[in-house]
Amino acid sequence: MPADRTPADWTPGIEAVAEQVFAALADPSRRAILAALASAGPATATDLASRLPITRQAIAKHLLLLAEAGLVQAEPGERRRVRYRLRSAPMRVAQQFLAALARDWDGPLDALKEHLGPGGTS
Amino acid sequence: MGFPDRIERTMELAHPPATVWAALTTAEGLSAWFGQQAAIDLRPGGTAWMKWDNGHTANMRVERVEEPAVFGFTWHIYGLPDDDPRRTYVEFTLEPAGPGTRLTVVETGFAQLPEEEYRVAYDGNAGGWASELGELASYLDAA
Repeated sequence: MPADRTPADWTPGIEAVAEQVFAALADPSRRAILAALASAGPATATDLASRLPITRQAIAKHLLLLAEAGLVQAEPGERRRVRYRLRSAPMRVAQQFLAALARDWDGPLDALKEHLGPGGTS
Repeated sequence: MGFPDRIERTMELAHPPATVWAALTTAEGLSAWFGQQAAIDLRPGGTAWMKWDNGHTANMRVERVEEPAVFGFTWHIYGLPDDDPRRTYVEFTLEPAGPGTRLTVVETGFAQLPEEEYRVAYDGNAGGWASELGELASYLDAA
């Protein structure tokens, strides 16, 4: 049962992963790069530069940062070009964080209270 | 600990535990306030589901049934892919409070991560590619 499974030693690690995802997404250029990789698949820096209104130098800098954070993975592409692929695992960690924020208990509990009514004679 | 693993709410209801219990553990009760349609097989290991008009369905597995004090179930983590095996655990605790009930709901497990996935998510590949990337950066700088 997951109720007791909150080992404190790895929770900060999960938080660090989520933080890297959110930090990456806070920058519009990195958001555009990640969105391009998500929608059109692996691409080289040159591919990205041709598609996005961002200089190649800036794209290279962002890709380096994204790779260090584990959000993209560099892999050999054609003609010795480095190609970048989105890594979905950290995104799923961030999704878990968002899932907790999106879990609305206040709405249903208010509805429960309303459903049961003012009481007194139940 | 900034990662929200646990959500807890407590509320006072002006009805005895038996009434609240029925609202939490019967299809009729659940569909009146939580889902728009509901079904439940109220025994540990039993299945339950709720459906909403927007098309969303929550599939639950009943875990604890201690009438009229504890009702627990697990369900899929909303927002994760449908085939993701992780589930959160929801437990309702009902305590008599004067003529009414103090109801507590605790949902835990948002921060769970199987060891393998944790490693995959966290490792990144900071090491091996740095030189390759440095090469790329100089290539681009030269271009």
